[in-house]
Amino acid sequence: MIAFDYARPTTIDSALAAAANTQARFIGGGTNLLDLMKGSVEQPALLIDVNHLDISAVEELPDGGLRIGAGARNSDVANHRLVRERYPLLTRALLAGASPQLRNMATVGGNLMQRTRCDYFVDTGFARCNKRLPGSGCAARDGHNHLHAILGASDQCVAVNPSDMSVALLALAATVNVRGVGGDRRIAMADFHRLPEDHPERDTNLKPGELIVSVDLPSPRFAQNYHYLKVRERASFAFALVAVAVGLDIDESGRVREAGIALGGVAHKPWLARDAATLLTGKSAHDADLDAVAAAALSGAQPLSRNAYKIPMAKNAVVRAIKIAMEA
Amino acid sequence: MKRQRAAACDSRPSINVDRRTFIGTMACAGAGMSFGALAQPPPPAAAPVQAQRATITLHVNGVAHELDLEPRVTLLDALRDRIGLHGTKKGCDRGQCGACTVLVDGRRINSCLTLAVMHDQQAITTVEGLAVNAEPSALQSAFMDFDAFQCGFCTPGQLCSAVAMIDEARAGAASAVTADIKAESNPGTISDADIRERMSGNICRCGAYPNIVAAIRHASARTG
Repeated sequence: MIAFDYARPTTIDSALAAAANTQARFIGGGTNLLDLMKGSVEQPALLIDVNHLDISAVEELPDGGLRIGAGARNSDVANHRLVRERYPLLTRALLAGASPQLRNMATVGGNLMQRTRCDYFVDTGFARCNKRLPGSGCAARDGHNHLHAILGASDQCVAVNPSDMSVALLALAATVNVRGVGGDRRIAMADFHRLPEDHPERDTNLKPGELIVSVDLPSPRFAQNYHYLKVRERASFAFALVAVAVGLDIDESGRVREAGIALGGVAHKPWLARDAATLLTGKSAHDADLDAVAAAALSGAQPLSRNAYKIPMAKNAVVRAIKIAMEA
Repeated sequence: MKRQRAAACDSRPSINVDRRTFIGTMACAGAGMSFGALAQPPPPAAAPVQAQRATITLHVNGVAHELDLEPRVTLLDALRDRIGLHGTKKGCDRGQCGACTVLVDGRRINSCLTLAVMHDQQAITTVEGLAVNAEPSALQSAFMDFDAFQCGFCTPGQLCSAVAMIDEARAGAASAVTADIKAESNPGTISDADIRERMSGNICRCGAYPNIVAAIRHASARTG
């Protein structure tokens, strides 16, 4: 690793002041950032340690929702009593990600900020990567792209977002609370991550210097009927080929009142399947056309040279996750 | 640049950085660069010219170690190269193999993906700290009894990970194979499938997994 300075602020204001340095990065668990720094993908001049900002609490909101501090560890959130009771979909997604050691380190804010695992991005031996070196090209588009995007990709970038947590947060309609020197902002999960378009170097819609302080979950939802299905190349501790988060609110007659469906491993951001959720609304296990719902979820999918398998895999995963959620 | 550095330094209450040394060496490095600038590739914009140093205290296996080091030193390298505890192993050095697993304030983490400066005043347990009264712990004995290794390189990480794993399971923490997430779980015995899932962050290149699972199963039952 190259040399860098290190700051350990104890207030958010001093952390934001330090972040005026455009070469600074916030560090929470460090599981992604230090990995990228060892590979020289990230070369910050200053690390701002956010582990002493008192932003790790999990608190109940007046509407029964939860506010999860950005500094809370993935393992602590997964096993928080209220998360397990009210948002078990989030617990499932968190426990599907990484390893126990990494979950003990990784923070909620860091998980939201984690970068793609595209081999051409993380290995500086490859000359072409628009995300790492804007304007250099994309080696994945015609390279080993079996792990890459089938939805929302651009000519510039076909990388996928690797987070499991974010897929569940999207299905749960969470909101990200951020703070900058200009004040506070609330960003819906659906608007937090962005598609690559012509600027794949930007993963999120955060402004320079802004800090994630917490994530809000709306009033308890999908606590009964939910499923997180992650398809991967080994049983545990691997990134998703495709992942599906399904949460259903089912009424007394067995009909879906509301559905949240999101996919991981398919796009530059966690993918909200809005049309699929709409198609499922009002339907029961008896009259729902799950193939049509799955087709809607994958509407517009475009395979690359080596990842056409992801389209039927994702459709099947959507069908299976909904079935399991309905039967729960 | 100057203002940003000042902001960073002001917000560093418990890290003892010798600013006089820092600023002094900055000036020297700057002077040196004016002679050798053409031979050197330009540094990244705003990168530190001279490494900052910090003085921290790590409480490792009950012993306090005061260390003067650069922020870029990982906890793993501090344990091995500065303190001289070589039990903790550097496998992949990228958080993928688990050989570097240690306990920090009782929680298992990958010491390769964290900085030593981030653990000032924290309590760290390495494999050297697992013995009880200079005798192998029940878990360590089980690893020997069940032949839970071949080359042994991953074993320190496996042991530290297993210690925390048993504690986590007893405390009711869920894993990906827990059947009912919403129920309070406190299993009397931990299933083999659950041990495998909970130990998924530790790779054994020799493939001693069946015996590792057997050793953990035995130790968790015996001490539980």
